[in-house]
Amino acid sequence: MLTLAELVVERGATRVLHGIDLEVRSGEIVALIGANGAGKTTTLHAISALLPVRGGRITLDLGEGTAKRLDRMSPAEVVACGVVQCPEGRQLFASLTVLENLLLGAYRRDDREAVKRDLARMSELFPVLGERRNQSAGSLSGGEQMMLAIARALMARPRLLLLDEPSLGLAPQMVDRIFETILALNREGVTMLLVEQNALAALEIADRAYVLETGRIVQSGTGAALLDDPAVRAAYLGLGA
Amino acid sequence: MTAPPFLPGPKAALAMLGAAAVVAFADLYLSTYAVTLLSLVMLNVALAVSLQLTNGLTGLFSLGHPAFMTVGGYVAAILTYPVRRKGFMMPDLPDWLATAQWDLLPATLVGAAVAALLALVVGIAVLRLKGHYLAVATLGLIVIVRVVINNLDGYTRGGLGLSGVPRLTGPWEVLVFTLLTVGLVWRIKHASLGRAMMAMRENELAARCMGIDAFALKLLAFVLGAFLAGAAGALTVHLVSVITPGAYGIPLAFSLVVMVVVGGSGSITGAVLAAIAISLLSEFARPLEEGLELYGLSQVLVALGLILVLRLRPTGLFGSREPAGFGRPRFSGGTS
Amino acid sequence: MSAYYLQQLLNGLMLGSLYALIAIGFSMIYGIVRLINFAHGDLLMVGAFTTLGLASTGLLPWWAIALLVLVTGALSGITIERVAIRPMRGAPQVTGFIATLAVSVVIENGGLILLSGQPRTFLFPEIMRSRVTIGPASVAAVDLVIIGSTLLLCVLLLLFVRGTRMGRAMRALADNLLAARLMGIDVDRTIMAAFAIGSAFAAFAGLLWGGRFGQIDPLIGFAPGLKAFVACVIGGVGSIGGAVLGGYLLGLAEVMFVGMLPPIYSGYRDAFVFATLILVLLLMPNGLLGRPEEDRA
Repeated sequence: MLTLAELVVERGATRVLHGIDLEVRSGEIVALIGANGAGKTTTLHAISALLPVRGGRITLDLGEGTAKRLDRMSPAEVVACGVVQCPEGRQLFASLTVLENLLLGAYRRDDREAVKRDLARMSELFPVLGERRNQSAGSLSGGEQMMLAIARALMARPRLLLLDEPSLGLAPQMVDRIFETILALNREGVTMLLVEQNALAALEIADRAYVLETGRIVQSGTGAALLDDPAVRAAYLGLGA
Repeated sequence: MTAPPFLPGPKAALAMLGAAAVVAFADLYLSTYAVTLLSLVMLNVALAVSLQLTNGLTGLFSLGHPAFMTVGGYVAAILTYPVRRKGFMMPDLPDWLATAQWDLLPATLVGAAVAALLALVVGIAVLRLKGHYLAVATLGLIVIVRVVINNLDGYTRGGLGLSGVPRLTGPWEVLVFTLLTVGLVWRIKHASLGRAMMAMRENELAARCMGIDAFALKLLAFVLGAFLAGAAGALTVHLVSVITPGAYGIPLAFSLVVMVVVGGSGSITGAVLAAIAISLLSEFARPLEEGLELYGLSQVLVALGLILVLRLRPTGLFGSREPAGFGRPRFSGGTS
Repeated sequence: MSAYYLQQLLNGLMLGSLYALIAIGFSMIYGIVRLINFAHGDLLMVGAFTTLGLASTGLLPWWAIALLVLVTGALSGITIERVAIRPMRGAPQVTGFIATLAVSVVIENGGLILLSGQPRTFLFPEIMRSRVTIGPASVAAVDLVIIGSTLLLCVLLLLFVRGTRMGRAMRALADNLLAARLMGIDVDRTIMAAFAIGSAFAAFAGLLWGGRFGQIDPLIGFAPGLKAFVACVIGGVGSIGGAVLGGYLLGLAEVMFVGMLPPIYSGYRDAFVFATLILVLLLMPNGLLGRPEEDRA
């Protein structure tokens, strides 16, 4: 569905990604793991067109033989293609209500009836959001904010959901709940590219995973295979070989 | 053996001699108009450089210079005003002022000191604000000063303004003042004080982490700038012999900002050159405006030019740097 | 309430309405691009002269003139944004401020060149000059028009920002730029819309200003613009509700200052307004309704 080929990205004068190749197939959860500063968030920002691409291609396969180049689009156009990001640190509209945050998730959509149905569905998926729909997003707890961030992204009806550090700053119980939710959404058919520092949790739910080190992909494979890989275990899981 | 650090570098010494030669030549051979024009250009240079200290080095955005000039100008004018006309022009003056008739130098110093005192009081209040908040607060200060002077007509003759101020300022006084101002700001910029100011401009948090007292530095730059502006106001009044409450207002504030920005925030050479260029440009545009009856044309052109500079060369013509050779070799205080 | 106080109250509300109309634009624009548009006050002048120009043709009904003034204001705001603000995006904030200062100089001096500095008598329908009796006081109809149309515009704006997609996008953009881009909000178009609406309001204030005070010249926008900024600061820059509240508070305070103190102090009116600014910035830098920001640079 999504293919990164030889992707080169710079932040200012610094080259952050030195030509990475990565693929996400329809229906998968793909995890991108790596240390701080390896370029994980940069990868997602490049896909969402927040950063200019200096080299290589980002291609979105829409099925039936049509494909689009995301690396030449504006952020708004990328969203319109169904590639939606749930950013690191949640980035909610803190002063707006829960409901308004959800509606802004559906900003690019014109199908009012379907948006209404999706709102109802979000209340089912995350009952707390339904209860607090008129509260400001900033007043929610950390875990609730994360749910709202995911729900807001889902409101765009993504073909591909980009999740950046969903576990960051959450209590351990909450982390488990978020990962359960991610898995459940995937079973319903949402394709995901998941960036995580919590490599263990990510690899456990991922179909496949890539390891990013200082801007290069150094390893890839199924989640299970990477979990057993001695180098990965030592470097990212803090476990013995 | 190296020269002591307080001496100017070879090119700067040459520039000073050059300026003195120009003044001497004008004084001996040129018309009164040309000498006055030269003096006004030099005063603009001093004003731009002193604003460079407040705004360029420190990263503040004050528009308050005209307010300080007005205060310095009025205070000095009241001090030097001929005693025999004071009773008629300024009936409310207390005795000790009504009977005093000072020389230019002490009057200028006192005018500048009052301006600096005003800056101190206002600065403590507004320097915690950043960027355009400070800009609007200092614009407000211009309005406040004008309104107060307008209404204190027993001291200032209100809206009529003070005319017949003795012409005590000559080109040599202005030259000395301008050279002192440029020299002072130059010294500050290239001393640790100036580096601390520029560090604060680039990243206040980082500067504070290094133990720089940001507020004190800002206050110092603001008060010192006001002192110099007050002195410039005092000298100007005794050059043109008249002052009105609105003589130094927002258009002047804008012109000075243009000089600093076009020259390059932090660059003294840039401010000097920009001040000379813009002062001469406005002066020579005046007959054109009058001929075409297009008053305000030069302001429009300067403003459009400024927008162009901001779009094409946002750091100004010189950035923060000085051309080589003006100072003595040392580590450059310039920042990108 | 005695007639005198009612009169003063209405005067304050009238002046406050005008300040509020200008202040709204300041705040909307600040909220989104974090920039004080120094040329904003000059749109009042643009609105006033547009009104005069259209009215002197005698061809258009007043509602059409009002509409055209709103459109002219919106187009002027869009132009300012394109010429002087969009190109400076990403530059230090002070750069943008200097650019709008330059735009203000261009508008004011351009106005002087094209229209001359001579004040002109404003044309306004005769009926506006008539007086209306409210209880013990009699007020000029134009005052009621000012208060009424301001309230109407405020309600329309409220409905717009709360109830429409574009309005929501504006608030989202002011709240979190990164998230707004990730939701697919077209940032350029939303900024343009904020400039258009804010500027239209300021131009409309120009129409009302001319109608109330009778004479206009190319520099009339300057002082009300600065005062509206003071109103913004009082209410909390960036908050639309704060701008309206600040506008009315400032209008009432100014009228009270002139009306309640001995006449020798009334000359200090403008000094009072700006002293208030410095005081408010000092005591509550976020204003009444503004949100604190880590870095109000």
